[in-house]
Amino acid sequence: MGRYLIRRTLFMILVLFVVSLITFIIFVKLPAADPARRAVGRQTTPENIEAARKAFGLDQPVYVQYGRFAKGLIPWPGLFLDEDVYYSYANFVPVKEEIFERLPVTITLALGAAVIWVLIGIPIGIISAVRRGSALDRGAMVFALMGVSAPVFWLGYLFLYIFWFKLGWAPPSGIPIGTTVLQAVFQGVFILPWIVLALAFAAFYARMVRGNLIESMGEDYIRTARAKGLSEKRVIYRHGLRAALTPVVTMFGLDLATLLGGAVITETVFNLPGIGQYAVQAIYNTDFPSVMGVTIFGAFFFAVANLLVDVAYAFLDPRVRYT
Amino acid sequence: MAEALLEVKDLSVHFPTDDGLVKAVDGVSFTLLEGETLGVVGESGSGKSVSFLTVMGLIRRKQAQIEGEILFRGQDLLTLPPDEMRNVRGAKISMIFQDPMTSLHPYYKVGDQIAEAVRTHQKVSKAEARDQAVEMLRRVGIPRPDERADQFPHEFSGGMRQRAMIAMALSLNPDLLIADEPTTALDVTVQAQILDLLDRLKQEFNAAVVIITHDLGVVAEHCDHIQVMYAGKIVEAGDRRDIYYNAQMPYTWGLLSSIPRLDETGERERLNPIRGLPPSLIFVPEGCAFHPRCPYVFDRCREEVPELLPSDGHHASRCHLPLADKERIFREEIMAKA
Repeated sequence: MGRYLIRRTLFMILVLFVVSLITFIIFVKLPAADPARRAVGRQTTPENIEAARKAFGLDQPVYVQYGRFAKGLIPWPGLFLDEDVYYSYANFVPVKEEIFERLPVTITLALGAAVIWVLIGIPIGIISAVRRGSALDRGAMVFALMGVSAPVFWLGYLFLYIFWFKLGWAPPSGIPIGTTVLQAVFQGVFILPWIVLALAFAAFYARMVRGNLIESMGEDYIRTARAKGLSEKRVIYRHGLRAALTPVVTMFGLDLATLLGGAVITETVFNLPGIGQYAVQAIYNTDFPSVMGVTIFGAFFFAVANLLVDVAYAFLDPRVRYT
Repeated sequence: MAEALLEVKDLSVHFPTDDGLVKAVDGVSFTLLEGETLGVVGESGSGKSVSFLTVMGLIRRKQAQIEGEILFRGQDLLTLPPDEMRNVRGAKISMIFQDPMTSLHPYYKVGDQIAEAVRTHQKVSKAEARDQAVEMLRRVGIPRPDERADQFPHEFSGGMRQRAMIAMALSLNPDLLIADEPTTALDVTVQAQILDLLDRLKQEFNAAVVIITHDLGVVAEHCDHIQVMYAGKIVEAGDRRDIYYNAQMPYTWGLLSSIPRLDETGERERLNPIRGLPPSLIFVPEGCAFHPRCPYVFDRCREEVPELLPSDGHHASRCHLPLADKERIFREEIMAKA
């Protein structure tokens, strides 16, 4: 297990390097606008542009430029996203600071939505599978199809229009200035974003749980469980669901990690200052240290979640062993 | 004279499907005595498994049209409410299945799975149930049962898993154990061990046993009675000796001829498969269902469904051939080759 973790951690760092290299090529070497020119503003002199170019290290050879960023990939407190290189020139603050300032919003959004989609999606999936072919099942699957098909930005604006503008049940989008995230939660700012973000996932999870449960209920060991004389409830919940939910745990870990790296569309529609919104702004501003930082941060989350999920699998499925 | 334990009367199990009505079991009647071992033989789709899944109550009225009576100790299981049927299933009648690889739950410890069966039917503590599970594992010949109980199914070999299944099935001391192809998925050497184990445990637990198989060779030594099924019907039934030394139905002859044998010089004979395929259970051939594959077919077979007629007290077959012809063909063509 120890060797496995070391190997996986090294592999994770390799993945971060690949992700950062691709991001570097796209945003630093193939930019739509010269970052140095973009940084100094419209009214400027060629000397100023040259000075900015030097300050960003853009006059250095490419490998030196990438090397500066690469150092910030090592997941170690002093090194990870070090403040000298990962420094936003759009706002003149370290990228790390920007990210940690926005993290509470993103975490609140992601965790709240995750609770909702698990509480909605899994029970719907179970009921659909158990009552397969019934009106209830068909209704649930229509809901699931709509949930999966409806784009988040459309659903977001629709909900805002109905529940804020027309009915006035929900507060408008955005966190009011001077309000902490916790206060915003109690003001109900997150209710619509949670629901909108959760619906698509709930729909997807309902379908996945339904499919998995129908499959596991057809297994031979379910027939054995029935042959033992167990009640149908126990057969479904203890024997069928046990097998059906294991892959769902994997999906859940990865989905949550993706959202912790920023729920771009939801944050944009509801004007929530989270990581996703930061990423979009950084791209608009050609603020390449921020783009690099936020990308690596998201990739880091995802890689760590991947590792955690794989380790968790060993506890969920006794057949899985790590070597 | 032993009492009748299970009496099946004119049982039919028909599944409605989009393609038509699948007549999986079509008018099956038989009696199983206490402590008796019955072999049920037939190809895939002959209705042998479906009949006994219905006895277990694992095929329900929701899924299929079930008619007839299944009397267990005189009580009709088909009219029993689901809750009461659950008390019978696993406790009075239990069942083991073909593939021990997939029949145990991969996520639970073997001992826990057996203990779960115990606790479903008996009011005992977890610790007592576990002790019983370990004791059962010991009785089915699993070494170090105390350690083995804490292992998962994937840590067991195929033969050991089938032993664990048997331990689970016998843990409540049932009156009837149904073994559905218990050895088909196992190595040949392990097959013999499992069948011997069943023989021994049947004595110890004083249970009646039904062995469902497609292989007449498997049941030869282990069954008191044998019934051969084809296309949802019993086509021949009798004592072990009746079937092996005086078979009276061309399908049984086919099964007997298809058992691989070595002759005296050690040369392998060519296998003699039954030609053709089992019939569709939706469009069962008219007359005798076996007639399209039967080498001895004549006009009457194509028109008239033969009855299961007894030739003596314990032997019956479903074939239009005159008895004298059957005996001659069996003696001259089937036994001579075997």
